[in-house]
Amino acid sequence: MTYTPEKPSIAEASDRLRERIPGWGVDLDPSDRPSVPRMQFDPSLSGAHWEFPERQPELWPRERSLEHKFLTPVFGTSCPPRGVSGVLRRHAYKRYSEARAAHWLLLLVADRVDALESHVRSFATLRPDNPITETGVLSEFSHHPVSSRYGVKRADLVHQPLDPIIVLAPWVAAGFATYRSFKLFRRAVTKRSAQA
Amino acid sequence: MRAMVYRGPYKVRVEEKDVPRVEHPNDAIVRVTRAAICGSDLHLYHGMMPDTRVGMTFGHEFIGVVESVGPSVQSLGPGDRVMVPFNVFCGSCFFCARGMYSNCHNVNPNATAVGGIYGYSHTCGGYDGGQSEFVRVPFADVGPSLIPEWMDDDDAVLLTDALATGYFGAQLGDIVEGDVVVVFGAGPVGLFAAKSAWLMGAGRVIVIDHLEYRLEKARTFAHAETYNFTEYDDIVVHMKKITEHLGADVAIDAVGAEADGNLLQHLTSAKLKMQGGSPVALNWAIDSVRKGGTISVMGAYGPMFSAVKFGDAFNKGLTLNMNQCPVKRQWPRLFEHVRNGYLKPSDIVTHRIPLEHIAEGYHIFSSKLDGCIKPLVVPNAA
Ligand SMILES: NC(=O)c1ccc[n+]([C@@H]2O[C@H](COP(=O)([O-])OP(=O)(O)OC[C@H]3O[C@@H](n4cnc5c(N)ncnc54)[C@H](O)[C@@H]3O)[C@@H](O)[C@H]2O)c1
Ligand SMILES: [Zn+2]
Ligand SMILES: [Zn+2]
Repeated sequence: MTYTPEKPSIAEASDRLRERIPGWGVDLDPSDRPSVPRMQFDPSLSGAHWEFPERQPELWPRERSLEHKFLTPVFGTSCPPRGVSGVLRRHAYKRYSEARAAHWLLLLVADRVDALESHVRSFATLRPDNPITETGVLSEFSHHPVSSRYGVKRADLVHQPLDPIIVLAPWVAAGFATYRSFKLFRRAVTKRSAQA
Repeated sequence: MRAMVYRGPYKVRVEEKDVPRVEHPNDAIVRVTRAAICGSDLHLYHGMMPDTRVGMTFGHEFIGVVESVGPSVQSLGPGDRVMVPFNVFCGSCFFCARGMYSNCHNVNPNATAVGGIYGYSHTCGGYDGGQSEFVRVPFADVGPSLIPEWMDDDDAVLLTDALATGYFGAQLGDIVEGDVVVVFGAGPVGLFAAKSAWLMGAGRVIVIDHLEYRLEKARTFAHAETYNFTEYDDIVVHMKKITEHLGADVAIDAVGAEADGNLLQHLTSAKLKMQGGSPVALNWAIDSVRKGGTISVMGAYGPMFSAVKFGDAFNKGLTLNMNQCPVKRQWPRLFEHVRNGYLKPSDIVTHRIPLEHIAEGYHIFSSKLDGCIKPLVVPNAA
């Protein structure tokens, strides 16, 4: 019992488990497991034939953490910063280390701004964003929307109704922004023609 | 080429993108034959990970065929069938030289606290991922391995993340013979962790979730004893009751940042982004384990603070082990286990999504529809 010295018998005997479960105990020895000990010095193991890798060319100023000594020799080149979100992102990297909440909060704000800018930008392309196809909601019809959710005890149903709101919020905001800029543009044009 | 592209929270689509090119002498370009959607991708999809940019291609679990290689690549050539660990790593920095491949210091300029991960935001290095027809694979002499002849493609793709991570999670539990192990989360990572706990000699394996169909899988696939936390007023008290009030010896958090079970925690993290993650499962783990016990955290959390019950962990004298999984280090042993039939990763695959239907794939997996446990993604050309 827990209140006395012996461990209570709350597990099954090893012999029975060995019979019942394929592979039971093949990694029994705690010292003979691939990640034990967690740090094992062996620089020859990885296949690297360099002590420090060659440097990948930096084609545009690559943002980096203040906690790094220099730009790492290799880095991802997906989606360079652009627009207002790009300004926010560059600032977050330039001004705040990873230790600062401001760094992460600013990056999160930039993410929301990026989504908004991208929606607006997409209206000027042949392929505007489409919240129906891009959320994949149409798959609901063919994938048991009701029986997957009801009559089962799911804890996440309380907040699932929030998902569409999260999806539509930037959409509504983008629509509003487009409408406002259109109005401003029209006012500017009418003003100019009035002056002419 | 065709590639999955992020368009903002809950929105993805397939776009035409340029085929990636060799940007570093040790790069390889790989034509993807199979990819998967991981529970971690949902954190990106829901907009939780800072610096997730519109236009990025996700996908860190993939296998493929080498299309071309950079001039310094020695171990691979065009036509080789390869599996690629989800970690991008150099093999030679302080951390890689010690086997900490998930903590490489040479591949992620954006953060020192995280290594490099394919298709996992700029916070993880800004690399495009494998839910695509082609992908750039840096350090081709270090990361990828040839897929063994005898190995099934579906098994191989799950070895690049989910299986390796579950197995690593069980190792971080420091399990000894006869231990009671409780796993929170019956997703791919939790299922594989539960299964691996037996290999390490666990005497009892308990799995907790709220999705009945996943608990069913935990019983059949992982031989586990299961509990649905929605059926108990307080799952921690229940855990004490079924362990003679001792608590489990080891707890594994295989849920991570979007845990359910406490609405306030979930809303402040997953929806309002005021904390790095919702530590509901982690807190349950802390409170369910016995004093002096061990917690292994495999569930991922964002870089910001989270409301973790640190005082309880402290007062109970717990050991907390955690990390991103150094995938390649697990492979030699896992190859043996798969070959011997002790582990059959593809048993948990439920859906096969053509790349063109990626938005549907994300929706089904995210909303847990149609009994979805693990969706694979199949590019058109594959
Ligand atoms: N450390 C690593 O290297 C690594 C690698 C891969 C995945 N991960 C992380 O592991 C976690 C799980 O990944 P997955 O692919 O299995 O995801 P998943 O979303 O399929 O599974 C998560 C499961 O947790 C369940 N759950 C939610 N709240 C719970 C609670 N309070 N208690 C118990 N269960 C709860 C969900 O119902 C779901 O079944 C994610 O956070 C992912 O980011 C980490
Ligand atoms: Zn993953
Ligand atoms: Zn390294």
